[in-house]
Amino acid sequence: MEKELICVNCPVGCRLSVTVEENRVTNVSGNRCPRGKAYAETECIRPERILTTTVRINGAIHRVLPVITERAIPLDLIADAMKEISKIRVEAPVSSGDVIVKDLLGTGVNLVASRSMAKTE
Amino acid sequence: MKKVQAIIIGGGSAGLAAAVSLKKNGIEDIIVIEKDSEPGGILEQCIHNGFGLQTFKEQLSGPAYAERFIRMAEEANVRILLNTMVTKLSADRIVEYVNPEEGCVQVQAEAVILAVGCYERPRGGITITGTRPSGIYTAGQAQRYLNIDGYMVGKKVFILGSGDIGLIMARRMTLEGAKVCGVAEIMPYSNGLPRNMKQCLEDFDIPLYLSHTVTEVFGKDRLEKIEVMEVDENRNPIPGTEQYFDVDTLLLSVGLIPENHLADQAGIRMDPATKGPVVDDRYMTSVEGIFACGNGLHVHDLVDYVSLQAAKTAEGAAAYLKNGKPQGELRSIRNGNQVSYCVPAAFYPNDPPEKLTVYFRVRTPMDNAELVIRSGDTVIRKLKKQKLLPSVMEEALLLQKDLSGLTDDITIEITEGGK
Repeated sequence: MEKELICVNCPVGCRLSVTVEENRVTNVSGNRCPRGKAYAETECIRPERILTTTVRINGAIHRVLPVITERAIPLDLIADAMKEISKIRVEAPVSSGDVIVKDLLGTGVNLVASRSMAKTE
Repeated sequence: MKKVQAIIIGGGSAGLAAAVSLKKNGIEDIIVIEKDSEPGGILEQCIHNGFGLQTFKEQLSGPAYAERFIRMAEEANVRILLNTMVTKLSADRIVEYVNPEEGCVQVQAEAVILAVGCYERPRGGITITGTRPSGIYTAGQAQRYLNIDGYMVGKKVFILGSGDIGLIMARRMTLEGAKVCGVAEIMPYSNGLPRNMKQCLEDFDIPLYLSHTVTEVFGKDRLEKIEVMEVDENRNPIPGTEQYFDVDTLLLSVGLIPENHLADQAGIRMDPATKGPVVDDRYMTSVEGIFACGNGLHVHDLVDYVSLQAAKTAEGAAAYLKNGKPQGELRSIRNGNQVSYCVPAAFYPNDPPEKLTVYFRVRTPMDNAELVIRSGDTVIRKLKKQKLLPSVMEEALLLQKDLSGLTDDITIEITEGGK
């Protein structure tokens, strides 16, 4: 089966042509980098996305801290992940890359701070 | 009056990149003026990823991208004034600013770089009849409330405009538990990046209504209902196509406009198409010593391009501080057939840069197009472009030998191709 996909890895948004045979990706074309091939392979089997959201933070310049999954997680787990993340409270200071949730929902992927936030007086 | 070599107005992506580049080019005595309480600008609220692939060869969130530049600025000892608003800019480069520590201060700068960003077209800038309830926000304003201040602006949402901020907010509001009923786009094609159509709308089954617009809003205190209609090819609503959505929130993602009241004040010549200053091949405006960069110059697709472009503006400013204005007359770079704007829009044939990248946009989507760059009747270059979209900024590279000694203006035009 032939499929047309838009790679979501970066703003270039390559148009991919994918051949799927027996639930397996056998050919990918149209990708300008290896990320496109990897994207096509997971997208046809179990789509994955990087999740970005915020968590509550105490003692910082803002009320919320932006966070990001270190790698893509299954799209079908995003809603559950949001529920899990909404329970979290962190304390300033935080450094960019600090692990906020280890092994999010058993995916093996960490949720990390996507910026630093100093403690305010 | 205090004197300084260069003042950069704005500490967002463009201002930070320009500051780092000025320092690299040996200009030490500089000040960045930022109105917010921290540097980084709009990147701080763009918590989604996809930034930095060109600049850092990795995917970063907006705040992470900003942090890289903030660190570089710190390492280069760039002085950034926070909570500081520029209140006046004169053609002789006197910058007046105000902040809680110093009060109102005037500084004489040898060069000024405008890195002022843009603002969002508000409800008043488009025609939507009806009442004046709360619950109508520009998409970026709602993004700031949610991603920086931690407030949700509504539960049932409709979005007007398919630009990237609108699409990204459709996903963001959905993730936070809101019901996004749809996105309407007045044009027959989407204005957002294809990846955002996929990961922000399709992933969450949010319908996109092309050739549709919001025609009326209802509600006394809070928004209660909106009317959406299909439009014809002249963008006029077609009677009988009314649909109603019960929503408490309407987000507007209907365009960004360079923020240029300071440029106006200084008497800088503006380009009606970009709504930013007209600049030459050094990114200098029509007023000597005042330069422009970033989204305050013209609206870019990617922050990576903003950083690159702003660094070029800083190189232009650094060259000006060392050697003064280039010699000779300016020639224009003109918009030909199907080209809506070119930046820069002028160059010095007697003293051209080694390489000049001209950024431009087309008026309508086109396939298999031929791009021609010519000076008078002489064709400088022909390029094949498989796909051209108004939402995708294009580049044309000109070399020193292409520009050197030209007596005519340059025109960039599309000679073939269509839908």
